[in-house]
Amino acid sequence: MPNVTVRLAGLKLRNPTVLASGFLGETGPSLVRVWKAGAGAVVSKSISREPRLGYANPTIHEADGSLLNAVGLPNPGVKAYAAEARHALKAGVTLIASVFGSTPDDYARVAAALEKAGAHAVEMNLSCPHVEGTGSEIAQSEEAVRTFVAAVKAKTHVPVFAKLSPNVAEIAPFAVAAEEGGADGITAINTVKAMAISPEVRRPVLAHGTGGLSGPAVKPVGVRCVYEIYDAVDIPILGVGGVATGLDAVEYLMAGASAVQVGTAILTRGVEVFRKVTEEIAAFLEAEGYRNVREVVGAAHG
Amino acid sequence: MAELRIVRIEEIVREAAHTRTYRFTAGLGGRPGQFLMVWIPGHDELPMALSHLDDPQGITVQAMGDATRALARFRVGDRLGVRGPYGNTFRVRGESCLFVGGGTGAASLIAAIEAYAAAGKRVTTVLGARTKSQLIFEKRAARWGQVHVSTDDGSKGFKGFATPLAEKLLDTGDFDEVVTCGPEPMMVGVVRAAAKRGLGVQASLERYMKCAVGICDSCAFDGDLLCVDGPILEGVRLRSSKDFGRFRRDRSGVRVPLH
Repeated sequence: MPNVTVRLAGLKLRNPTVLASGFLGETGPSLVRVWKAGAGAVVSKSISREPRLGYANPTIHEADGSLLNAVGLPNPGVKAYAAEARHALKAGVTLIASVFGSTPDDYARVAAALEKAGAHAVEMNLSCPHVEGTGSEIAQSEEAVRTFVAAVKAKTHVPVFAKLSPNVAEIAPFAVAAEEGGADGITAINTVKAMAISPEVRRPVLAHGTGGLSGPAVKPVGVRCVYEIYDAVDIPILGVGGVATGLDAVEYLMAGASAVQVGTAILTRGVEVFRKVTEEIAAFLEAEGYRNVREVVGAAHG
Repeated sequence: MAELRIVRIEEIVREAAHTRTYRFTAGLGGRPGQFLMVWIPGHDELPMALSHLDDPQGITVQAMGDATRALARFRVGDRLGVRGPYGNTFRVRGESCLFVGGGTGAASLIAAIEAYAAAGKRVTTVLGARTKSQLIFEKRAARWGQVHVSTDDGSKGFKGFATPLAEKLLDTGDFDEVVTCGPEPMMVGVVRAAAKRGLGVQASLERYMKCAVGICDSCAFDGDLLCVDGPILEGVRLRSSKDFGRFRRDRSGVRVPLH
């Protein structure tokens, strides 16, 4: 049996599968459920300082086997969420807290509060409007990425991951900006901006109009982004986007990810997907003669 | 999993004041107690129990919020989006079952009543409503067994809530299973009444939903998700619940008192 444990920016994971943010991470019991189903770590829903209701329904739509969502970052706010986090941590969960806000100070405060609650790491969801800037997403300005990451690093001690958006012309410079800001790791990619229209109803299906695409359709985009980021920075990468099987995961690992996140595949394979993907990674490693999952990280770079 | 189908409303049936059944051919099928996510274009998408399982499938809706009031203005030929069916189903158990429906909860029960009857079980129904004009599915339920009515204002049948009427019937000892859907305080009473008499009981619950496919965590109920682990939960499970009759999650995910 090959070794599938992972070291990631100082975190020790029992396997390379991590729950992606936005899936089942709103309540403590659901985080525990995913942990018990075999995830190596879980990322919380993205948390802000104040509670947010999110967008009106429809908030999700199945598009050709992939998923389109515009949920609008609903969350109970950091104060209420700290209790959910503690519930999960008491059960032994390895927890990465996803945080967001409008200003560097928002991010830093939420990150510090969830670190205090016991989170093992922080993931910055940078796909949010930058209110002090041009109004575009933080993840679409290298300067903003650098500044926001630095602000969180100044107020936290646990590893900090910057989650990058693929909705940019070149993603590598953003990974460099995050590294310069002090990020301990990169999470890539966030969802791909997309839209679905109902021809009969003559309007976009999602109440918000546009949404984020996840699932099988975005995997090649994610693999390409991870490949480019691996060449550009020294910090480790959490690969995310369309991982449903062990082979999908190995693709990401060979592109340069140290571990992968899984979200949309819960729809098709259930929460057991974490154990299954881990077993499938191990089977591939075994068949190909690898003894340790770390041997395949970046292997596609020759 | 979540494929959307656009359907035309083929028939609208007035069941009671402000309550209509909408029929459409979606070909989705479904089992008693399961629900569809129904997109009311331009307004909202909501979980709705199937009151007719086979094509033309049906949902029965009371106009009480912005989106359901908007739906009340839809006409035959107008389009809705539907996906599903979602959730678990009522289990057919025992030989003689008491169904207790409050308000539009009867919309979820009626398919189960018919499934029990089709399986050769004895079926008795308690239907509760605020007032006589709000009663739904009285005739349809009466085709399969006795129906007992309660109204809060006494305009028809027993004056009071459905729970005390159900208790009186349970005291006859004629039942070995109880199935309920309606306002949660009523279901708390029904579950307690059934448990006190050692009877199996199943209750169909409602919480705010978004995805309906077990990923968004909106309908978290204790450690379960009502969209996939429910909406029907066993009495044994409910009696040890911290949320049943007490707490719900609001749209932001904050756990708040039910009322």
